[in-house]
Amino acid sequence: MGVNRRKFLKIAGISTLGAAAVPAANALAMNPIEWLDKQLGGFTPSEILLHMGHKPTGLKSREALTAKRWAMVVNVRQLDEEIAEACREICHKIHNVPHIKNPKHEIKWIWAEHYEHALPGQYHEHIDENLKKLPFLVMCNHCFNAPCCRVCPTKATFKRKDGIVLMDMHRCIGCRFCMAACPFGARSFNWIVPWPRAEDGKFEGKEPPSPEFPTRSKGVVEKCNFCAERLAKGQIPACVEAAQELCKKKGREPALVFGDLEDPDSEVRQVLRSHYAIRRKPELGSKPNVYYIV
Amino acid sequence: MLEKAFIGERKYWILVACLLGIMGVGFIMWLWQFRVGLGITGMSRDVSWGFYIGQFTYLVGVAAAGVMVVLPYYIHHYKAFGRITVLAEFMAIGAVSMCLLFILVDLGNPVRAINVILHPTPNSILFWDMIVLNGYLFLNVFIGWNVLTAERKGSPPPGWIKPFIYLSIPWAISIHTVTAFLYAGLPGRGFWLTAVMAPRFLASAFCAGPALLILLCVIVRKTTKFDPGKEQIQTLGSIVTYALILNVFLFVCELFTVFYSQIPGHMHHFHYLFFGHEGHGNHLIPLMWFAFACMTAAIILLVPSVTRRNEGILTVACVLVLIGTWIDKGLGLVVGGFVPNPLGKITEYWPTVPEALITLGVWATGFLIISLLYKVATSVKVEVGAGEA
Repeated sequence: MGVNRRKFLKIAGISTLGAAAVPAANALAMNPIEWLDKQLGGFTPSEILLHMGHKPTGLKSREALTAKRWAMVVNVRQLDEEIAEACREICHKIHNVPHIKNPKHEIKWIWAEHYEHALPGQYHEHIDENLKKLPFLVMCNHCFNAPCCRVCPTKATFKRKDGIVLMDMHRCIGCRFCMAACPFGARSFNWIVPWPRAEDGKFEGKEPPSPEFPTRSKGVVEKCNFCAERLAKGQIPACVEAAQELCKKKGREPALVFGDLEDPDSEVRQVLRSHYAIRRKPELGSKPNVYYIV
Repeated sequence: MLEKAFIGERKYWILVACLLGIMGVGFIMWLWQFRVGLGITGMSRDVSWGFYIGQFTYLVGVAAAGVMVVLPYYIHHYKAFGRITVLAEFMAIGAVSMCLLFILVDLGNPVRAINVILHPTPNSILFWDMIVLNGYLFLNVFIGWNVLTAERKGSPPPGWIKPFIYLSIPWAISIHTVTAFLYAGLPGRGFWLTAVMAPRFLASAFCAGPALLILLCVIVRKTTKFDPGKEQIQTLGSIVTYALILNVFLFVCELFTVFYSQIPGHMHHFHYLFFGHEGHGNHLIPLMWFAFACMTAAIILLVPSVTRRNEGILTVACVLVLIGTWIDKGLGLVVGGFVPNPLGKITEYWPTVPEALITLGVWATGFLIISLLYKVATSVKVEVGAGEA
């Protein structure tokens, strides 16, 4: 009798729970964890929350490049100092990233690191000497489950539907919580006025090189935007373009590949199929959208 | 009642003038920071929070500690604390005000601070911290003022204030828990990524807060006609002792997990703070050792009842507790979490002079608030004839 009663209560309890959202029969067929997992489509609650608040990607021109989830593959063995520097230079130029000498106030969107710093958990001393010296291009990973977006108190940093993590420079209050949250050191803060202007509104000294791209004010955080402004015009990210051009000249496979991760025929998917690729700090669960072939 | 803050002796006005002077210097420095940017501080791309956020974290603890007086009085009916609940609440008001100011001076765009309310984001812990801190400030102003007004009229506090008082107890715990969650949920920062963070925060709060309250009580007794009472100070001393031991114990728990597991991402920060990363020294090493020496010395002074009951020794121990916890939480906690950076590199941090002056200015503001409120409280206590303990 005791067992029967217990069994009855158990079934009654589960059916009450299930009745709220799905037919009782359905809920009884699987355990609650499985059920919840199915409801959430296999994503964590945090990921669901992050993707609920999508902002419109803006007006799309006919030539705009679109994707379900943008991703990049960095083929490190195809890189050299020259290519890495070309990528950094073009990115910083078109995005008006100021050149600040003091490393404490530096602003970086894309830059080269050595293996031991780019992949600190996967470093050991017997790694091929050449690999140790190769420039690992690092940037914002546009994480699928981005910790920066999770912590931002104003949604000034947010995730677009196509996976790009962007910054609203007019909303950022400069609390720098996103910098503490980013496990990749991809974010920079404007500690000083990046492009100082005189009283008459003219730039003092150097002028920002790119009139098409807005400059930032002091007190906001910035980072790589996967060239969202270029994608809108039908162009691939500037670093990818620069790297592919140079690689072609040097007769190498493209060092940077960009494309839609959810399109099985995209270039990134093809490269990921034919090469073994890793991501930075996968154990943290942020699910970076930048892959590395070493 | 507020008029009592404007009647005082020469000494009181000298104190007020000094605090106003420090505030002025801090304010001028802040204007400079507002114009030039946070680049005038020692913070950097790698150590992106520093002294300001450290002070904020420390003072949230001091504010939360008001509950150590409120709880025994209202829940356990420990009558002796009735004399000092108002002092604890007014100290909390000063501390929370400093917290809010430290957040403001740390913002890159303080004029946009209101965005946190205009675009509420419940998945951000900072959003919740804003709510709990402002709520706690409101609760303490509201409760403290009403209870003191009732005392002045010689009547018991109105019945409707009780729910607010009971609410303020879990609320005090919440402010420091939420503040710990700012740190303890960040995936890439091994130093902070520990479930013991919130308990440790509370333990250090419940020793630092009452320690400051003891010092304030001693000052109040010396400078006013109101005596907070020997028993009250002694009970606070016991609370400091328990909480301090708990704080050090939780720190040892943390050390065990970090060093026995040998996980580099967690160990490197402790190495950096206490021994120097890969043998490279820094400013923080002697300070961190000094902090734990202070706390150990305080435990030695506080545990034997012979020494603890000696008010002079108790006062010294409280100063040691304040210094120790302040270095640990106001400096080591924040900087230690950022160094080494996520790429394993070292960027040193040390506050600059303007940064220190702005910090001092905020502290002076908090102490001015506490001084004015204490002036009111002690005047009322003396007026109703509760001066002698």
